[in-house]
Amino acid sequence: MIRVPSLPRTRFVTLTRVLMWAAAGLWLATAVAAQAPAYRAPRTPDGKPNLNGIWQAMNTANWDVEAHPAGPSLIRELGAIAAVPGGLGVVEGGEIPYRPEALAKRNQNRAKRLTLDPEIKCYLPGVPRAMYMPSPFQIVQSQKHIMIAHEYAGAVRTIYMEKHTEAPADSWMGWSNGHWEGETLVVDTKGFNDLSWFDRAGNFHSEDLHVVERITARSPETLNYEATIEDPKVFTRPWKISMPLYRHVEPNARLMEFRCVEFVEDLIYGHLRKQQPAK
Amino acid sequence: MNRRFLASVGALPIAVAVVSLVRVPLLGQTPAAGARAASAKAYTPPRTPDGQPDLQGFWTNSTYTPLERPKDVTKEFYTPAEAAEAEKKAAAREGELTTPGTVADVHYDFSQFGLDRSQATLARNLRTSLITNPENGRLPPLSAEGQKRAAERAELAKRVGRWDSAESNQLDDRCLIMAGAGPPMLNTAYNANYQIVQAPGQVMILTEMIHDVRIIPLDARPQPHRNVRQWMGVSTGRWEGNTLVVETTNFNGKNPLEGSSENMRVTERFTRVAADTIHYTFTVDDPSTWTRAWTAEMPMRSSEGPLFEHACHEGNYGLYNTLVGARLEEKKAAEAAARGEKK
Repeated sequence: MIRVPSLPRTRFVTLTRVLMWAAAGLWLATAVAAQAPAYRAPRTPDGKPNLNGIWQAMNTANWDVEAHPAGPSLIRELGAIAAVPGGLGVVEGGEIPYRPEALAKRNQNRAKRLTLDPEIKCYLPGVPRAMYMPSPFQIVQSQKHIMIAHEYAGAVRTIYMEKHTEAPADSWMGWSNGHWEGETLVVDTKGFNDLSWFDRAGNFHSEDLHVVERITARSPETLNYEATIEDPKVFTRPWKISMPLYRHVEPNARLMEFRCVEFVEDLIYGHLRKQQPAK
Repeated sequence: MNRRFLASVGALPIAVAVVSLVRVPLLGQTPAAGARAASAKAYTPPRTPDGQPDLQGFWTNSTYTPLERPKDVTKEFYTPAEAAEAEKKAAAREGELTTPGTVADVHYDFSQFGLDRSQATLARNLRTSLITNPENGRLPPLSAEGQKRAAERAELAKRVGRWDSAESNQLDDRCLIMAGAGPPMLNTAYNANYQIVQAPGQVMILTEMIHDVRIIPLDARPQPHRNVRQWMGVSTGRWEGNTLVVETTNFNGKNPLEGSSENMRVTERFTRVAADTIHYTFTVDDPSTWTRAWTAEMPMRSSEGPLFEHACHEGNYGLYNTLVGARLEEKKAAEAAARGEKK
């Protein structure tokens, strides 16, 4: 047993108390900082934060997740209609930490975006791009499964809240396992193919993409959305995007059908149309 | 290259983009549908936390029972032995169409990819047709307007070939929409799988084929303006006891229910009658197509799940290659004709 013979007992107790209060104060400060936002969401009947609703991003991330100035349209005839609005960016630190060879590929993608962007062909948007497309998505929240259904191309994700498994096959929207951390829905998604992009600016990933999303209500009508993106083949380190999402508060709000396959058939298959004989 | 080859290649995109979860049926599994129906009344479905009857889970409506009663059948129900025989015949027919070697130019083998109905969970029943009303189990006669549109379609088919362009192809080969999504939710030859998820005030139905989602609000909201027209229409729902009743209008006239018009109204009823069964009925009221409303019913059987991503359009090499093949055929024919003229 270790003795502390030279220190009078009363002074020892006082010092201990001071240290304890200091530690408690520090803990409290840290805890408060970590808890932000302090908003507590309404609950579903089974006691979970209620994220049900129709939501949409209000930013320019689908044009370019990185900070970017405004720019002209790629299609001359569309003039200002399809011009790129400037944006402060949603990437923490402003830029994606690409490996050098990957940055070269991103720049190639960007140069050829009019033909290479999967959105041009109405392909499924992937994750996280689906979450900030310029059209709404709906969360349908149950205990075992939380659905995220997107208006764009009818894209959909099932988030498995129980029975977490590995992705059975690679896919555009990946394989999502979710759990609750207090106020936050945490969604871990893997099993992607390497075909989707992050935006219209050529930002891309490989099939090793791993996305961890954190969705937290910040007020009755807004969510905080964060995604940590990891892909060692393409990026030198994990990086993070964050943005608020806004609720569609119209009482009759609903997802509309955006079956865009029909809108791109002439673009994709038009050159294979039977030539009508000249009359 | 002949038409069969083109047809089989056309079906390919759907196949390559899909992985199917199948269960090998056990011999003698045919359930006694009559006994099921009798016990149905006693069943009380579980409730969701917000008090809705719980329809959630993975389901299939895969069946060999045809929408319309075969012309040589006069009764409403088969005996279990007759039903098993009819199923065996249908499975054999399907197998013959898709087994390599049986037809010289088959390129796509359903059974090899584990996609055909004989290998999947079947939602069996003893009915000789899904249509229950009219009592003859067949679609009612076309109305005058319906006849006119049918004649116009036939006329168009004479002028425009299926492989003239993407747009002249079939909806499923174009990866636009499949019959399983509906509404009404009909049966597809494979992957007839669904997922239902319920949240307070909403029921979501995901159809595996082309990942079609229908989110049905339960708040008695009015239908949108008549100018809103959609492939799957616009659905609203309500609970009548343990039955979910879904009304759908605002169709665009291109729904996969053959020949239906934009004026169609579909009323669907979902009742969970056993832990593993939803009784699904629908009534189609479309005076612009049929002289009277008609009703059909089928069971939806629980399945293991999960549903897979059916990225049909993204993997649609079949449509592309079919069109390339058709243009090559034309070129060859034109060249042959030119040589013939020179002789």
